[in-house]
Amino acid sequence: MSLTALVATRKGLFTFTSTDDHTQWTMTSSAFLGVSVSMVLADHRDNRWYAALNHGHFGVKLHRSDDQGTSWQEIGTPHYPSTRNDDDNNNDNDADSTDLIWTLEAAGNDRPGVLWAGTIPGGLFYSDDCGDSWQLNASLWEREERSQWMGGGYDKPGIHSICVDPRDSNHLTLGVSCGGVWASADGGVSWANKAKGMRAAFMPPEKQFDPNIQDPHRVVNCAASPDVFWAQHHNGIFHSRDDAQTWQEIENVAPSGFGFAVAVHPNDPNLAWFVPGVKDECRIPVEAQFVVTRTRDGGNTYEILKAGLPTEQAYDLVYRHGLDVDASGDCLLMGSTTGNLWATADQGDQWHCISNYLPPVYCVRFIK
Amino acid sequence: MPRVVFTENLNRHVNCPTQQVKGNTVREALDAVFAQNVTLRGYVLDDQGRLRKHMLVAVDGNIIHDRDAMSDVVKETSEIYVAQALSGG
Repeated sequence: MSLTALVATRKGLFTFTSTDDHTQWTMTSSAFLGVSVSMVLADHRDNRWYAALNHGHFGVKLHRSDDQGTSWQEIGTPHYPSTRNDDDNNNDNDADSTDLIWTLEAAGNDRPGVLWAGTIPGGLFYSDDCGDSWQLNASLWEREERSQWMGGGYDKPGIHSICVDPRDSNHLTLGVSCGGVWASADGGVSWANKAKGMRAAFMPPEKQFDPNIQDPHRVVNCAASPDVFWAQHHNGIFHSRDDAQTWQEIENVAPSGFGFAVAVHPNDPNLAWFVPGVKDECRIPVEAQFVVTRTRDGGNTYEILKAGLPTEQAYDLVYRHGLDVDASGDCLLMGSTTGNLWATADQGDQWHCISNYLPPVYCVRFIK
Repeated sequence: MPRVVFTENLNRHVNCPTQQVKGNTVREALDAVFAQNVTLRGYVLDDQGRLRKHMLVAVDGNIIHDRDAMSDVVKETSEIYVAQALSGG
């Protein structure tokens, strides 16, 4: 049976459909050509699709398709509360406005039509009407610790990962760059930092283990074992087996532990994939050899996967949402900043190039 | 009444025909436009009601400086031109 996936890029949204053996993929539609699409979500509960646009000059917008991409309509956009005071004209020039919708997630099977959105500059938003309207989660936004959050690659901090526990949709775990990992057990009424054990070697010694300044580039958990988390952190790979109560750093991963993307098998919490690069500001493949790394044993050992990936020098970087695994756990899709798109049907043993000519890829997602 | 003109590039994303509206300042004129076209507001102003960072507004050829309150005075015969700034890429 074929698979379908959405690919969000710097210059539009593209739909790809596979052959039955999942080794060949064809572009089947496009939308928003010329517009930056920062995030996409295909909601498995009602088959609605969502695309977050960043128009640059004209701001951030959100669109929804009720017919699997045939047509799109603009819907509500997460908005930060106004701090304007028209009486004294003494307004706060630093008051926040939505800079980017960085992630979108369905809130749980027991909450049809309910969505979560993570944004830059760091607000979490909630919609209970399929995105027509949004409310800022005030309890997280008003946390005192938020004042210490920092931008990670952007001027302001942002929420890029929202993990909804499939056992309990009130249980949320967020990844914040740079603000660590935050979790709620009560649907967002209260929050606690859950980055204990994460380390930021690039910070002054006194701050390296401060949970509130950590930069987890991407946080994911296993659908079948939701207490098992993986984080591709700025400082390397981190792993948690206790519902993010503690994190263990996995060191000495070849060719590098640095990267942005991570995907975990939906049924096997020990099986995860990463796309390594040269650490910190360089951000190209180590020795220009583009590879994927895979662990099958919970991070004890790693394999380097390169069959089907470029054999010549390559400078691709895979952003944090640029790697996805399908519901079977066998197929992965990976898109790069260089506009290359690859797929594998055997967990990464053999990769197949789908396109070399896309715009820079921000997000790939299987329709599950 | 002042005439409000939007760049063609914006019309690609949201309906924004040239309009004549009442108003003694840029803010008043734009608010009159947005009152009839709520969706358009978010393309020109940010969450705080400020002119978006990479937008510009000119009144009779002069770029306004008060990007927050948009208090610049407009005349009955003025043309308010809303465009994107090259700073946005």
